[in-house]
Amino acid sequence: MTQVILYNVTNGLIIGAFYVLMALGLSLILNLSNVINFAHGNFLALGGYLAFTLSPTLGYWGALLVSPLLTALIGVAVERLMVRRIYNRDPVYSLLLTFGLAFVMQDAARYIWGPNGLPLGLPAGLSQPISSTLFFITWYRIFMVSVVIVTVAGLFAFLRYTRVGLRIRAGTLDLETVSTLGVNVRNLRTFNFALGCLLAGLSGVLAAGQIGLNPNMGDDLLMPSFIAIIVGGVGSLIGTLFGGLLIGMAAALTTVVYPSASEAVIYAILMAVLLIRPRGLIGEEGMMS
Amino acid sequence: MTTTAVLPAGARLAVSHRVLVLVAIWGVLLTVPFWLPLLGGYTALAGRVLVFGLAAMGLNLLLGFTGVLSFGHAAYFGLGAYGAGLTLRYLVHSTPLAMLAGTLLGGLAGTLFGMLIVRRRGVYFAMCTIAFGQLWYYLAYSWNDFTGGFDGLRDFQRQPIGFGPFTLDITSEGPTFYYFMLAVFAVAVILMGLLLRSPFGRTLLAIRENERRARFLGIPVEMHIWLSFSISCFFTALAGTLYALLNNFADPLALHYSLSGYFVVMTVIGGMRTFWGPLLGAAVFVVLQDYISSMTVNWMSFVGAIFMFVVLFFPRGLLGTIRRRVTA
Repeated sequence: MTQVILYNVTNGLIIGAFYVLMALGLSLILNLSNVINFAHGNFLALGGYLAFTLSPTLGYWGALLVSPLLTALIGVAVERLMVRRIYNRDPVYSLLLTFGLAFVMQDAARYIWGPNGLPLGLPAGLSQPISSTLFFITWYRIFMVSVVIVTVAGLFAFLRYTRVGLRIRAGTLDLETVSTLGVNVRNLRTFNFALGCLLAGLSGVLAAGQIGLNPNMGDDLLMPSFIAIIVGGVGSLIGTLFGGLLIGMAAALTTVVYPSASEAVIYAILMAVLLIRPRGLIGEEGMMS
Repeated sequence: MTTTAVLPAGARLAVSHRVLVLVAIWGVLLTVPFWLPLLGGYTALAGRVLVFGLAAMGLNLLLGFTGVLSFGHAAYFGLGAYGAGLTLRYLVHSTPLAMLAGTLLGGLAGTLFGMLIVRRRGVYFAMCTIAFGQLWYYLAYSWNDFTGGFDGLRDFQRQPIGFGPFTLDITSEGPTFYYFMLAVFAVAVILMGLLLRSPFGRTLLAIRENERRARFLGIPVEMHIWLSFSISCFFTALAGTLYALLNNFADPLALHYSLSGYFVVMTVIGGMRTFWGPLLGAAVFVVLQDYISSMTVNWMSFVGAIFMFVVLFFPRGLLGTIRRRVTA
């Protein structure tokens, strides 16, 4: 029984870690540009597929580093060519645009890499279990969680201690004033969008090592990421972090007791938060109106 | 009749012009079973246009006339479909009761959920509606024994409707069922038109144009948005019940957020701020989808490209663009 619980706790941690990476990227873009990026799950898949294509030449470690950067670069192109045009328009247009983009990207992935699942090879040492009693915990799982922790810590340090990070945080509160103070807001938004895509690409590479690749691998992560953002509190990245961990854990622990309710419990948390604390666990009053 | 209610005073078309438009719309709708087969279409296609058109017009009460974005209306559409299907399968073999049950199920779910989110605005409102909508998708998906799970709910049939001594047999594939749907559609659309002409409808427009000013005038804004959301959910749920009757089938995809996106894009293609726009948008969308999916397996890219094209180059939609030309 302890093993079952331990197994599901590690599962929850890993699922939560993916929710967190996805949701942080979505949240960055949402906070600064007021755009819900429906295609975020497809940027995740793109990161994974790029790693699949690059790893024969660059090796796993090279692909792990390069493919999120390439994903971010494609994010820059998407932002410059399309998303930028709808910043000052009704939110319905940004939703439709990224929604359409998600369809096109998913079909493109299916066209280029095929509709069937593909595996992403891991370095030999990573796929071993850490011990015979804890046979269900591979080194890869530990590795994934560590990468996520380092990335999230790096992101928060970046936002806190660098000039660009400071501008992103200030822009979240009042973009107009930031612009008046002489900051190039257009570039700031592009950079911020790319940063979000970078996080999605990284989660894609990590997820590919665990569950393999398929064209709609990001879809299942998209909805929980939305919920993580709402539960944590729109406008607060710390909130998103806790929201993601909370629903990942809740879903995994429900699996121990009653597997078919693991999806429902996420929505139960959403309803409870909307009912009792509409601003979200850590959100500030007024951010969502 | 209805177009006037929704045009700002300066943009009114001449009366004769409006009558002409109405005659044209109803003329086309009434004669569909006669000319559609000649063009290589089938009557069920027209039925689908009516169903999606009604759903999108319901959504447009909220989106176009209140200025509030829901990206989760498939939930209420799907609840309508499942409500009707489950009633027919498990409770009574009665088409009107099934429609009533489905409409109430979807509408009341929307009314309750609306209370939770009416203080949210813009993109956050949309996000809450998406997330909540998916709840029903997962429920239908995983509650296998009751809803048929991923394969959808089968084993129910629309039933003949009795009017005293007469019986209206809508069970066959022929045009009778199309005309039944058209009658339901007409009643719903007339209700919508009256609603938008009423002081309540005008208040919604005021909120859309300037929420702060409306609030300063003492209008209970949250209450109006909530009512608009619920009414819109009732209409969309009604469309959902027709969908279940049309196909004798309800599937989880009728609840999925992709369908919510389709409703929104239909509304935008036709013209968000026009009364008939969503119907036109639904016709364009249904025909395109039918055509493209018969031509290629990559229909997703085409649909996605249509979305992006509309947003980037055609944001006013068909009727919105025409009206701008006429009034300019």
